Amino acid sequence: MSNLVEIRDIWIEGRSDEDWLPIINGIDLTLAKGEVLGLIGESGAGKSTLGLAAMGYTRDGVRIKSGSVTFDGIDLIAASAATKRDLLGKRIAYVAQSAAASFNPAHKLIDQHIEAPVQHGISGRTEATQDGIELYRRLRLPNPEEIGFRYPHQVSGGQLQRAMTAMAMSCRPDLIIFDEPTTALDVTTQIEVLAAIRDIVEQFDTAAIYITHDLAVVAQMADRIKVLLRGDEVETADTRTMLSAPQQDYTKSLWAVRSFDRPAKPAPATDATPVISVQNITAAYGRMPVLFDVSFDIHEGRTVAVVGESGSGKSTAARVITGLLPQSQGVIEYRGDPLPADYRKRDRNQLRQAQMIYQMADTALNPRKTIGEIVGRPVEFYMGLKGRKKRERTRQLLNQIELEPDQFIDRLPSELSGGQKQRVGIARALAAEPEFIICDEVTSALDQLVAEGILRLLARLQDELHLSYMFITHDLATVKAIADEVVVMKDGRVVEHGPKKEMFTPPHHPYTDLLLSSVPEMDPDWLTELLAERGRENIGDAAVGKM
Amino acid sequence: MSLWVWILLALAAIALGGWLFRYAGQRITANRPYFRDMPYGVAFGYVFAGAAVLGGIWLYFQDGAVFFRWAVHGLLGFAAAAWVFRTLGRTVGTDRTRKFFRSMPLTASFGLLIILIYAVLAIFAPLIAPYGQEEVFQQVNALPGGDPAAGGNPDHLLGTDQIGRDLLSRLIYGAQNTVGIAFATTCLAFFLGGSFGFLAATLGGWLDQVLSRTVDVLMAIPSLIFALLLMTIASAWAGTQSWQLTFYMIVIIAVIDSTRVFRLSRAVGANIVVMDYIEAAKLRGEGLRYLIFREILPNAYAPLLAEFGLRFCFVFLTIASLSFLGVGIQPPLADWGTMVRDLAQFINFAAFSPLAAALPLMAAGAIALLTVAVNFVVDWMLQKSSGLKE
Repeated sequence: MSNLVEIRDIWIEGRSDEDWLPIINGIDLTLAKGEVLGLIGESGAGKSTLGLAAMGYTRDGVRIKSGSVTFDGIDLIAASAATKRDLLGKRIAYVAQSAAASFNPAHKLIDQHIEAPVQHGISGRTEATQDGIELYRRLRLPNPEEIGFRYPHQVSGGQLQRAMTAMAMSCRPDLIIFDEPTTALDVTTQIEVLAAIRDIVEQFDTAAIYITHDLAVVAQMADRIKVLLRGDEVETADTRTMLSAPQQDYTKSLWAVRSFDRPAKPAPATDATPVISVQNITAAYGRMPVLFDVSFDIHEGRTVAVVGESGSGKSTAARVITGLLPQSQGVIEYRGDPLPADYRKRDRNQLRQAQMIYQMADTALNPRKTIGEIVGRPVEFYMGLKGRKKRERTRQLLNQIELEPDQFIDRLPSELSGGQKQRVGIARALAAEPEFIICDEVTSALDQLVAEGILRLLARLQDELHLSYMFITHDLATVKAIADEVVVMKDGRVVEHGPKKEMFTPPHHPYTDLLLSSVPEMDPDWLTELLAERGRENIGDAAVGKM
Repeated sequence: MSLWVWILLALAAIALGGWLFRYAGQRITANRPYFRDMPYGVAFGYVFAGAAVLGGIWLYFQDGAVFFRWAVHGLLGFAAAAWVFRTLGRTVGTDRTRKFFRSMPLTASFGLLIILIYAVLAIFAPLIAPYGQEEVFQQVNALPGGDPAAGGNPDHLLGTDQIGRDLLSRLIYGAQNTVGIAFATTCLAFFLGGSFGFLAATLGGWLDQVLSRTVDVLMAIPSLIFALLLMTIASAWAGTQSWQLTFYMIVIIAVIDSTRVFRLSRAVGANIVVMDYIEAAKLRGEGLRYLIFREILPNAYAPLLAEFGLRFCFVFLTIASLSFLGVGIQPPLADWGTMVRDLAQFINFAAFSPLAAALPLMAAGAIALLTVAVNFVVDWMLQKSSGLKE
């Protein structure tokens, strides 16, 4: 049987000012009917570009230089616009990373769902609507009869992603391209979407290209895996072969990332004064209460990981500690002394002691300032160093975060990679010479290899400078790697609290258990076994709802 | 009635032409993707543009179309000048300036060239102008061209006005007065609107409410009428000194226009204030001045600069309008708006003597040219700052 998709020796390049820079360098890709191919690689590896090329499509400012793309015997590069119009949406569909950004907020889900079948003349409005409801049911959306008549903002992120998959299925395409469909979701929601996608792809025998940077996810979904690195193919193999016996060094290094693990430090003395002590905090945004009676201590030289889904109040807890959101009840103590609730009432020394590192390094660094200015400002502001002394200290800080000062001090943030920007964010926090640093999802926007580098750096700095970290994250692998103590939050309350070892050994609080079991593992049978064990109704949002 | 029939027939012919054009293109190029995937609307556009160009050429050779010929000459002349200017910029200078010119479209280099010429004229007006702006000569209402047989005067190349002042000199001095005052006014408007806007965005709360609602009230009054009203009041205060009235005018127009700048800088500022780096600076304990000038302002340059160009045009037109209405820049200072008003009645002779009609049109043209030039440059800057490609 011939292949459904055949890409031969494709070269793709993208425009940068006046030059064309290569994005994909001569990759071959074949996909049989009903097969699922996983494309993995770091950001910038060209995964999405290759995925889109399989549809014969390129983004603006990108062109296919040479090579061929054949879909079911049709040459997509030479095909006319009319031919492609007939294929896209009908026989080839695309599921984007952010369903929230891809649905039109002004129309109901079902109206957007039936657009493709009606437009392509496959069925009338009524049949298409009926079919839509049927697909919603198969994807296990709650209230399938009714959910399509809502607007995108009225359903949750995971449901929206499933509705998007249903929409891609509306014409029963032969090929679906999934572009990181679960990257923006929480672990508990992700599992639901993964199960739904896998089921529906199997039921209709649809071929799929699944693009992701998460190895454990791709292990559940794909029959075959292709690893990309900077536009080149590293290797391709069956999922099981790839996981058990990777051939190339790069693939092995990707596999090894998850092995970073730091032994927990011994428990602090019972009478030690914690650096930061959060006592019975209650806080609200306007009249909407978000934190209820939250308490935990952070001791010197230790890392407390705060875990929970989005909306659980973990970032709000950080805002209360920094004073951006004054609490309505409770006290925050710094080394035994209560801190004023509003950051504007804190003195310079109190502000200096608690620094923050942000999730999105892009918005955390002023794009119009050089790295030297960004890191130098707290040096000047808190330490009063000027001129040559300030420059020396800045260089010292850049050395500390493993960036070569001569090379980086005069660059703008836009000239840095994501991991380097995050390092600058760390340097800015260090420049204040604090005792306590809040890390708000610092690695969640980074590729796994880069994220591991950041975690190792943070661990090293903690050992050298006796820093205390409050580490906010939803990724339990990160928690395993770096935390000494864990605080699990749900709906603004602390549901479980204790040393790392205790948290990762049963018995757990049911919610902690759900979080832990929802983290994908590298074993290709993990999802199947989990579904068999827990049952379909006890995963994801449904399970959270039952608590 | 028959005119409508002709228009419909012409459109039908173009519609047919569009179809034929696409069909012929597909045949001749053996179905190249460009013609194959060409939407019908695009083909129609090509043929329509072709017809318009042909019509223009036909009109150019008609006897009566004097103004059209002038416009074509002007357009081609400026395009050529802009091209030369850009080519010069691309070959002379350092790497950075060359790169700057390389990315520049022809429209922007045209705008830049015109702005430069105006700036030189305004700054060196006393050296360039052949006569003083207040000098009165014997011959009144001399026509442009300098040909005595056609009612001109070789001493006054662009003619003289109704009391015998040299129009070329007054146009050059007008650049100084009108453009200089407009520039000062725009700067003042930006200082006022920008600082209050950023203040409102950073502090928020009741200060934001008070400032925003005040601005809403000011914006609710039609700006030209409001300016006219205030200028009438000011002319009663100003006494005999003409510089006082000019000063009042600058303040009045600046305040009225600063409301628009306030809106923009508040909106831009509000988008920047929510960024994490502002939060980081606040948590560091930075003061308001540092926040506004060192963290927010550098990130707001692009939209503010673009707005500066647009605002400058509006201010400049307002001043010309006020002068035209008689409450702006006072005689004997030369000003383009006043010049248009003084010579306006000559426009009635357009059908008989194009040269006579050109008298008020020169000042009007000077205004139009600068407005177009500034807008071209602003468009280009906006496109650059928004990062749009192609």
